[in-house]
Amino acid sequence: MKNEGKSAQRPDNTAFTQQRLPAWQPILSAGIVIPGFLIIGLAFIGIGIGLFLTSQTIQVQEMDYTGVEKDSPCFRCTIPSNLNCTCEVTFSLSTLFTGPVFFYYGLSNYYQNFRRYGVSKDYNQLTGDTRYFKSRSPEEDCSPYSYDSNNNPIVPCGAIANSIFNDTFELYQIINGTKKQVPLDGRGISWWTDYNIKYRNPSPVNGSLAKAFDGTVKPINWPRPAYELDLTDPNNNGFLNQDFLVWMRRAALPQFRKLYRRITDGDYAAGLPAGNYSLTVHYNYPVLSFDGRKKVVFSNVSWMGGKNNFLGLAYLVVGSLCVVMSVVMLVVYAKFKFSDDDDA
Amino acid sequence: MLRCHFNYSYEKRVDSRTIYVGHRPCPDTEAFIPSKFCDNRIVSSKYTVWNFLPKNLFEQFRRIANFYFLIIFLVQVIVDTPTSPVTSGLPLFFVITVTAIKQGYEDCLRHKADNEVNKYLVTVLEDGRSVKKESEKIKVGDVVEVVEDETFPCDLILLQSSREDGTCFVTTASLDGESNHKTHYTVPDTEKDLQALTATIECEQPQPDLYKFVGRMHIYKPEQEPAVRSLGPENLLLKGATLKNTKKIYGVAVYTGMETKMALNYQGKSQKRSAVEKSINAFLLVYLCILISKAVVCTTLKYVWQSKEGQDEPWYNQKTQKEKDTNMYLKMFTDFLSFMVLFNFIIPVSMYVTVEMQKFLGSFFITWDKDFFDPEIQEGALVNTSDLNEELGQVEYVFTDKTGTLTQNNMEFIECCIDGFQYKHRDTWSEVDGFTVTDGPVNKLQQKAGQEKEELFLRALCLCHTVQVKEAGSEEVLTDQVDGIDEMRPQLEEERGFIASSPDEIALVKGAMKYGFTFLGLESKSMKIKNRENNIEEYKLLHVLNFDPVRRRMSVIVQTKSGETLLFCKGADSSIFPRVKPEEVDRIRMHVERNATEGYRTLCVAFKQLSAEEYAVADTGLREARLALQDREEKLIAVYNQVETGMSLIGATAVEDRLQEEAAETMEALQGAGMKVWVLTGDKMETAKSTCYACRLFQRGTELLELTLRTLEDERLKREEKLRELLQEYHRKAVQDAPPVKAGVTRSWSTANQDYGFIIDGATLSIVMNPQHEVDASQYKSLFLQICQNCTAVLCCRMAPLQKAQIVKMVKTSKGSPITLSIGDGANDVSMILEAHVGIGIKGKEGRQAVRNSDYAIPKLKHLKKLLLAHGHLYYVRIAHLVQYFFYKNLCFILPQFLYQFFCGYSQQPLYDAAYLTMYNICFTSMPILAYSLLEQHISIEILLDNATLYREIANNAMLRWRPFLYWTLLGIFQGLLFFFGVRFLFSNPALQDNGQVFGNWSYGTIVFTVLVFTVTLKLALDTRHWTWINHFVIWGSLAFYVFFSFFWGGIIWPFLKQQRLYFVFANMLSSVSAWLVIIILIILSLLPEILLVVLRKPRGPHSRQVYLSLPFPFWILPFYHIHPILCYSP
Repeated sequence: MKNEGKSAQRPDNTAFTQQRLPAWQPILSAGIVIPGFLIIGLAFIGIGIGLFLTSQTIQVQEMDYTGVEKDSPCFRCTIPSNLNCTCEVTFSLSTLFTGPVFFYYGLSNYYQNFRRYGVSKDYNQLTGDTRYFKSRSPEEDCSPYSYDSNNNPIVPCGAIANSIFNDTFELYQIINGTKKQVPLDGRGISWWTDYNIKYRNPSPVNGSLAKAFDGTVKPINWPRPAYELDLTDPNNNGFLNQDFLVWMRRAALPQFRKLYRRITDGDYAAGLPAGNYSLTVHYNYPVLSFDGRKKVVFSNVSWMGGKNNFLGLAYLVVGSLCVVMSVVMLVVYAKFKFSDDDDA
Repeated sequence: MLRCHFNYSYEKRVDSRTIYVGHRPCPDTEAFIPSKFCDNRIVSSKYTVWNFLPKNLFEQFRRIANFYFLIIFLVQVIVDTPTSPVTSGLPLFFVITVTAIKQGYEDCLRHKADNEVNKYLVTVLEDGRSVKKESEKIKVGDVVEVVEDETFPCDLILLQSSREDGTCFVTTASLDGESNHKTHYTVPDTEKDLQALTATIECEQPQPDLYKFVGRMHIYKPEQEPAVRSLGPENLLLKGATLKNTKKIYGVAVYTGMETKMALNYQGKSQKRSAVEKSINAFLLVYLCILISKAVVCTTLKYVWQSKEGQDEPWYNQKTQKEKDTNMYLKMFTDFLSFMVLFNFIIPVSMYVTVEMQKFLGSFFITWDKDFFDPEIQEGALVNTSDLNEELGQVEYVFTDKTGTLTQNNMEFIECCIDGFQYKHRDTWSEVDGFTVTDGPVNKLQQKAGQEKEELFLRALCLCHTVQVKEAGSEEVLTDQVDGIDEMRPQLEEERGFIASSPDEIALVKGAMKYGFTFLGLESKSMKIKNRENNIEEYKLLHVLNFDPVRRRMSVIVQTKSGETLLFCKGADSSIFPRVKPEEVDRIRMHVERNATEGYRTLCVAFKQLSAEEYAVADTGLREARLALQDREEKLIAVYNQVETGMSLIGATAVEDRLQEEAAETMEALQGAGMKVWVLTGDKMETAKSTCYACRLFQRGTELLELTLRTLEDERLKREEKLRELLQEYHRKAVQDAPPVKAGVTRSWSTANQDYGFIIDGATLSIVMNPQHEVDASQYKSLFLQICQNCTAVLCCRMAPLQKAQIVKMVKTSKGSPITLSIGDGANDVSMILEAHVGIGIKGKEGRQAVRNSDYAIPKLKHLKKLLLAHGHLYYVRIAHLVQYFFYKNLCFILPQFLYQFFCGYSQQPLYDAAYLTMYNICFTSMPILAYSLLEQHISIEILLDNATLYREIANNAMLRWRPFLYWTLLGIFQGLLFFFGVRFLFSNPALQDNGQVFGNWSYGTIVFTVLVFTVTLKLALDTRHWTWINHFVIWGSLAFYVFFSFFWGGIIWPFLKQQRLYFVFANMLSSVSAWLVIIILIILSLLPEILLVVLRKPRGPHSRQVYLSLPFPFWILPFYHIHPILCYSP
């Protein structure tokens, strides 16, 4: 008892205070590292081969239709005065293009990732909050696409909405000289959460979505207001238009592609059969002013997404590196073992 | 010159204060002018409620880092920047708030403590009545009553004591830690009736020196000349000291409140900064340059890029009118600022917080260490500052005191020499030096030296000291003691304890006791000793000529019953020998020197009989000097020197000071760790040298280079010429002829090399430092330093405290500015403790000044080994890794964001979401490194203690030099490039999901960020050699937290967010197999070089193998700093 009282100042004798917590000391011994590297290497090579082969099976049909060259079918559409221009791009498939086929459009040298461009939208509008149709929060984000020249509020405001990609395409299979239209499916091309949760239309006034937009004007570049984006499908209008949503998800890099349509229906559910095809382009979107390019891409996807050889190659390289290293280590280790023995 | 002097004396005159005791006007001619003094309020708090916020904020923003972040924050608020002000404002706010709360809390405690002191009720005599007053209301001039065990409320001049002899006892434990009782005296001749006392006190203005006080008291008595009494520190009771063994005292307040000596001593000592902090600042500068160059590159490229047609303002992203109107140069400038803001995370605000937390928390391990607990004093180690933890791992020079540090300062009387005959005492009396050894001590003694001389010597031992007898029990015992000494004797012998400021004195008094002369105590100026015949002899103590380190002696003047006036003097041989007859010296010198070589402390005792005239002269001289208000010290010393002449030497004593436990092992370990040990002592050369041999600082084979007054004596040459000659000769020997010492290679280990030890004494040192010709000064110094640096051990003896600090300073500022450590236990070591980079105090017997002024205090010397070799080593490794890791992780954090600018038109688009930018340093990557920096033991403590050489591996700031820094920076760049371009190639086709949908820019950033968080955390995991459950918890915990947070952050539409950028981005990312695969391969690839280096590293040097050889797979077990084989060690 007496002793305890006297030792009030004695430091606690616990593992923590004495820095003696039980600890695991990882030992990167040869016995672990060499087989470890070998296993990782082999696994990576396996994955790499899988990825590479998968990537190889993906079919891609890519066509630039900007019309820079004089002989290209869309050259005449590049003249700015030529409005509502249509051009036709033909291509042929030698084998069946297995479905489902995904139809992308691609833009290059197009900076959707500009900072000012990226913030140029009003999220409150896009959730259907009509209070923000006439005012903005914050005010300056959307400018100069906030009000038109008559000072009417633009809905949806901002640069992203205003610059929506507005080329449209029709795909035909040419069978014996006649064109058979390939049905394009515009559903399910945007993120499920964007369509169902993140973006909301304003609640219709008297059953009409258009009434909800009263007092606002369409973005300057748009041919029709938001509530008339898709004349064929009333459920694909307003902010919940699939093309609009796809466009609103900004691309990461200045060269990008975005999903335009899927080919899933009718005769083409199994894919595009071999043969000649014709793509009718309603050429509206100017890109030459900033030296941009436009293209369309038909592709099918695998479990890893679209065609991308990089991943498979990376795995193969790293995997082989690991294997090589394990061999090198084995050699070095063996040498050392021996020299150690010599010393001893 | 003259004017200066005039000013000085003028100020001095004004700088004295006059105090009217009890506020009573004096009948003197001068008018009663009550002067204004400050009140007795103690204010140790820094802030009040009102000024806390502005003052605290001002102080915090004076720190360069905080200011930097404030600027960044303001830029974000003012300029249109890519990230919202919240991203930098929040961490800054967090840091500022935490610091403010901590400081506010500390200040709150101080307020509380202040109030406790200030509101304490004290008794003040006012117009004859005792009035209870709050302490803060005491005014200068009040007469205050203090009872036993109370602390003094202000600095008081003792007027009256309840003890009959006009003394009182106090302890100053809370002031300087000395727990012994000190005697203070009332002013002589003051009235017993304090109400009738009319007096003024004239004293100097407040000054912080606790041991200095000069004053004068004028006592006015009706129809008498005013009497003048001198006042010294012995009359002054300091605020904070406690009254002991005295029922009550009355004193008059002279200094109050913030002017008390205690308050004046509050001013903290200057802050020491560690070398690591300097490295951090250097790295910070590099990163600041990187930051600025990044911003400049981006701004320049932006304008180059924009100059191309259609790039500046494409139709889809037009500028507002305001933007178009802005001045081009202003735009460039704001762009530059924007880029700065975008990349500012490269300098982590959280690093300062983490470093400080690491230091603060880490220092607990020192206090907690039970190996530092000393059961004798029931205390462990004490950490006074946590700023220097890592400096303990960087020490190159150890300056150690001898007495009390290397030795125990536990004095034991070994022998004495009376008139040339040696008497040795070991339990039984035996006489060694003579021709016969007998057991009958008393008789033999008489035969040897003659009883008269012998008794004179023993009386001298009994009288010439300032020892007090500790009162056992109550006061009655003491009063009884005088009358009935014979009856009391047996138990008194048992209980008698002595209190003295120096243990030597006790040893001497005890020694005299063994020979039959017992000191009974001092009472009303009369010393009582009991002689061999058990008769009480009484001596009137006339004067004490105090000991001081300059004179190195002390004397007493006593009057015997028969009226003879005797002066006894004891002191160091060097200070006594010149003052006695040379023929006496010759008889004793041999003994003294032999004792000194055996490691004993020797003192010589001399005496002189003063004639009445001589005494009268001495007495007036002493009194006059004591009354002097100015230069009292100098005047006193002059009188002392005058009195202490023409004495006759009667003998010498030898006192043994045993070595501290494990002193030799500790010194050996320090030398093995590559530290150079210098012993700085005030002691004699021979004694110090023998201690050095005993501590194995000098070994048999060590060649000693001696530079002392003795070696300087030469008939042909003058001292200084000889000195130059010797310096050059030693320099040739130790520096030029010595084989070049390779960095890191052992010196004392290899037997082929000749070891040198260097000895210098204080007097020679002062010639070296201040030679007659100014021009030689730098040459001597550099020669001296070079010799010293090539010696395994250096002994500096006969040092004054200031010289110790001078030496430390000289080494500290020498080339390469090595890290110095001073260790000492006494007041004389304080200067060198304060001067060195790291000051260590030993909780020894010589009071607590050293401990108070030290950075770390340990109970025993042997604890130094663990403190440096284990704690210091680990702290250094931990903090160095912490610092490097912090810079690394922020470099590879920001590099992808920088690279992204090349792909987004230099538009300052952030790659990561604001939440990630903010949380990266605060939440995702902070805890693992903190845990690492607290717990890591890359080598276990036992191995560190067993292999002192391991300490050399981190010498010279090895882990924070430019090469490891470069390594970490390159690693950061490599990984940053990998993260960005890996994902970039993946995004060449952004359709990464099996439903054909594409990913956008936030997905891109999130993938990079995920790889980043995992890589830097796993990199730390790879470096961790010591996985406790805490490490597991925080490493895996923060990864899990990141995943959890990302789900949470992306899983909810947050109402307060302007844009729901990350909504479901993380979940979508995880639904993509490609994203998974790219994350995995990028993590593995980033860590591959690290793993490879760990594995392929070859063991280097003989000692590193030595350590690991005994373990399985020797070269695979690697402390992590071996990962960077070449990089850590620069030649």
